[in-house]
Amino acid sequence: MTVDSLRTAKPTPDKAAVAPSSTKAVAKKAVAKKAVAKKAVAKKSPAKKAVATSSAPVKAGATKAAARRTATKKADSARLVQFYRDMMLIRRFEERSARAYTEALIGGYCHLNLGEEATVVGLMSALRETDYLFTNYREHGYALMRGIHPNHAMAELYGRVDGVSKGWGGSMHMFDMTHRLLGGYGIVGGQLPLATGAALAINYRGLDEIVMCTMGDGTANIGAFHESLNIAALWSLPVVFVVINNGLGMGTTVAKASAEPEIYKRASAYAMASERVDGLDPVLVADAASRAIESARAGKPFLLEVVCERLRGHSVVDPAKYRSPEEVALVARLDPVPALANRLVKEKILTAAELRHIDEEETARADAADAFARASAVPDVSTLFDYNYATPVANDSRRRPGDPLFPVVARYNVEVAR
Amino acid sequence: MTIKTYRQALHDTLREEMLRDENVFLMGEEIGVFEGSYKITAGLLTEFGDKRVRDTPIAEEGFTGAAIGAAMLGLRPVVEIMTINFSLLALDQIVNHAAKIYGMFGGQAKVPLVIRTPGGGGQQLGATHSQNIELYYAFVPGMKVVAPSTPADAKALLLAAIRDDDPVLFLENLALYNTKGDVPDDDTPAEIGKAKITREGHDLTLIGYSRMAYVARNIAESLAESEGLDIEVIDLMSLRPLDRATLVESVKKTHAAVVLEDDWLTYGIGAEIAATISDGAFDYLDAPVRRVAMAEVPMPYSKNLESAAMPTNDDVVNAIFQTLEAVGRRLKKVGQSHD
Ligand SMILES: Cc1ncc(C[n+]2csc(CCOP(=O)(O)OP(=O)(O)O)c2C)c(N)n1
Ligand SMILES: [Mg+2]
Repeated sequence: MTVDSLRTAKPTPDKAAVAPSSTKAVAKKAVAKKAVAKKAVAKKSPAKKAVATSSAPVKAGATKAAARRTATKKADSARLVQFYRDMMLIRRFEERSARAYTEALIGGYCHLNLGEEATVVGLMSALRETDYLFTNYREHGYALMRGIHPNHAMAELYGRVDGVSKGWGGSMHMFDMTHRLLGGYGIVGGQLPLATGAALAINYRGLDEIVMCTMGDGTANIGAFHESLNIAALWSLPVVFVVINNGLGMGTTVAKASAEPEIYKRASAYAMASERVDGLDPVLVADAASRAIESARAGKPFLLEVVCERLRGHSVVDPAKYRSPEEVALVARLDPVPALANRLVKEKILTAAELRHIDEEETARADAADAFARASAVPDVSTLFDYNYATPVANDSRRRPGDPLFPVVARYNVEVAR
Repeated sequence: MTIKTYRQALHDTLREEMLRDENVFLMGEEIGVFEGSYKITAGLLTEFGDKRVRDTPIAEEGFTGAAIGAAMLGLRPVVEIMTINFSLLALDQIVNHAAKIYGMFGGQAKVPLVIRTPGGGGQQLGATHSQNIELYYAFVPGMKVVAPSTPADAKALLLAAIRDDDPVLFLENLALYNTKGDVPDDDTPAEIGKAKITREGHDLTLIGYSRMAYVARNIAESLAESEGLDIEVIDLMSLRPLDRATLVESVKKTHAAVVLEDDWLTYGIGAEIAATISDGAFDYLDAPVRRVAMAEVPMPYSKNLESAAMPTNDDVVNAIFQTLEAVGRRLKKVGQSHD
């Protein structure tokens, strides 16, 4: 059900092969799909051109065009390899987190990016270091791609002092000002007004940074979505809202939650430009994100919808019984990580041995992160009140749950032992 | 009587009320296909269909407000808000409309609405997902707020809430869902606004609601055994209206009180209880009313910080001993062991 209507009719061979075997709803949405495909194609060509021109070096001896073609190809290959490496890191990191969770080393809720790796790396590759990211609780991969060391991301999951949020936030609340990841938020839609406000600060100061604000498909139905898009468009704020449409909000399909299931279209209500892109292909995602970011940097906020798949349950503990075996099998076939591996081999960019080597390296990084997190100290209880207020204040409560308000005075001076 | 979990008691009561009255219907996130985040509504979509078990978009303000509107026309919606933390997004509709409509329009329209929602901390869910903010609703005239601590009370209070013509916030608790107890087979609703003495005693009054009423009973029993203490336990059951008379009468008998709450101490539910006791039983008190509550911090994720921020059984026992010490009462067993 999640795959059906949402899968953009993107002309890659894997997906074309899969689409027809999908459920009835595909036919119902065929018209809409075509429209989306057309849109995606129309938007794709100028972007490709843009990449080509920007990366064209001048080479003596060869014709300009030929040199440009080779250089572009090389650059494209290098980019694909980097995407693969990054996706592999996220994949192995998330698998490691899931394992630590089942070992009860990680607590609380733990939502993974499994299946969304291409979306994550594509989006994050389009940001400058100086741009900001606001996201939700499904943010481990985003944290890694913002440049946060896997050790510090994993230590946060373990609730240790070396975690990005010092063990205070956990899986849902990673934050790192230096890498401009301004949270991980656990309240659905909570990040949208904040991202809008950050864009206001940038606009206020006349900087050329932008804010990217990601959210799930289900989040597009909360009031803050509409309030934020309207304000951003009204005030021409440099923000890109990204809906990561994985087809499900917990167990609820987009069709059951959204009167307009093509979420990018909602932007028109705020006179905002928008686009929908296939989130299983990191290149398409990166290019679409670049277009959206360019628009935002020019003061035109943008709504980008990225259609991808959630490989597992909503969180580590959700067995996802509401999904049919067919759907589970289809989603597994759409897995973007092996898809990119196949493409790299088919286009003769990497050998199978080289792929394996990358996997080993990224697995080692995830394992190292796990070892680091295990070894990191738990926050000392004496630090419980360290972050009560940024400005020290008189009469701040620093009482432990069992402490009396005032010292207990014995009335009749009778000695009572415990 | 049938032995059931708190979860099962809620589930069965919802089902029975839906069978009894076709105006009763359910709305909330993930209550149908997903069968409820905490599985209270499991199977009800299959049995009643999607007209009466409505999965909503993630739109707390929208669907809670819609439930209020439907209630104004005589339906009896039972809304599930996944956890009380998310009720903040519906706070405006609850406080400004559900609680106001009957009075503001001179009694012309009733709002027979139930909002079921669990509180609870201690699951490492961090600052935004570990709050106990029932006070926000208990503060508001026009609202009724009930908080059962046993499967039997869960049934009796849910029956009362659904049949009541006013908006009722029905507080559940994550830690109670799997607890078991006897549940009567007949459907006699509880009386909203009444507290319950769940254990009679003379040494001290221990007061709690929801999870803390459960904790209070257990601690009183274990102290009876280990220390020979005779503690009276009051389960508030209803936070608004508050049964002040039961509190005052108990303290007149025991002369001392300890209040357990899962919320924050400053301006918390316990503050109202302590004020009530000092007002109604001032001359009878032999020691200040003691409160045990959460540390006043945004709840940290890290397990040991979280544990440090939450009241433990030891905290409760210490508070009881220190209060008895303040009273000057010798503890039998402990006193003996020192002889
Ligand atoms: C205000 C609020 N309501 C409900 C929840 C519970 N909840 C957490 S995630 C989620 C589903 C979100 O779905 P979506 O936006 O599609 O994101 P995804 O999890 O698929 O990435 C819900 C209902 C919440 N965290 N906050
Ligand atoms: Mg989703």
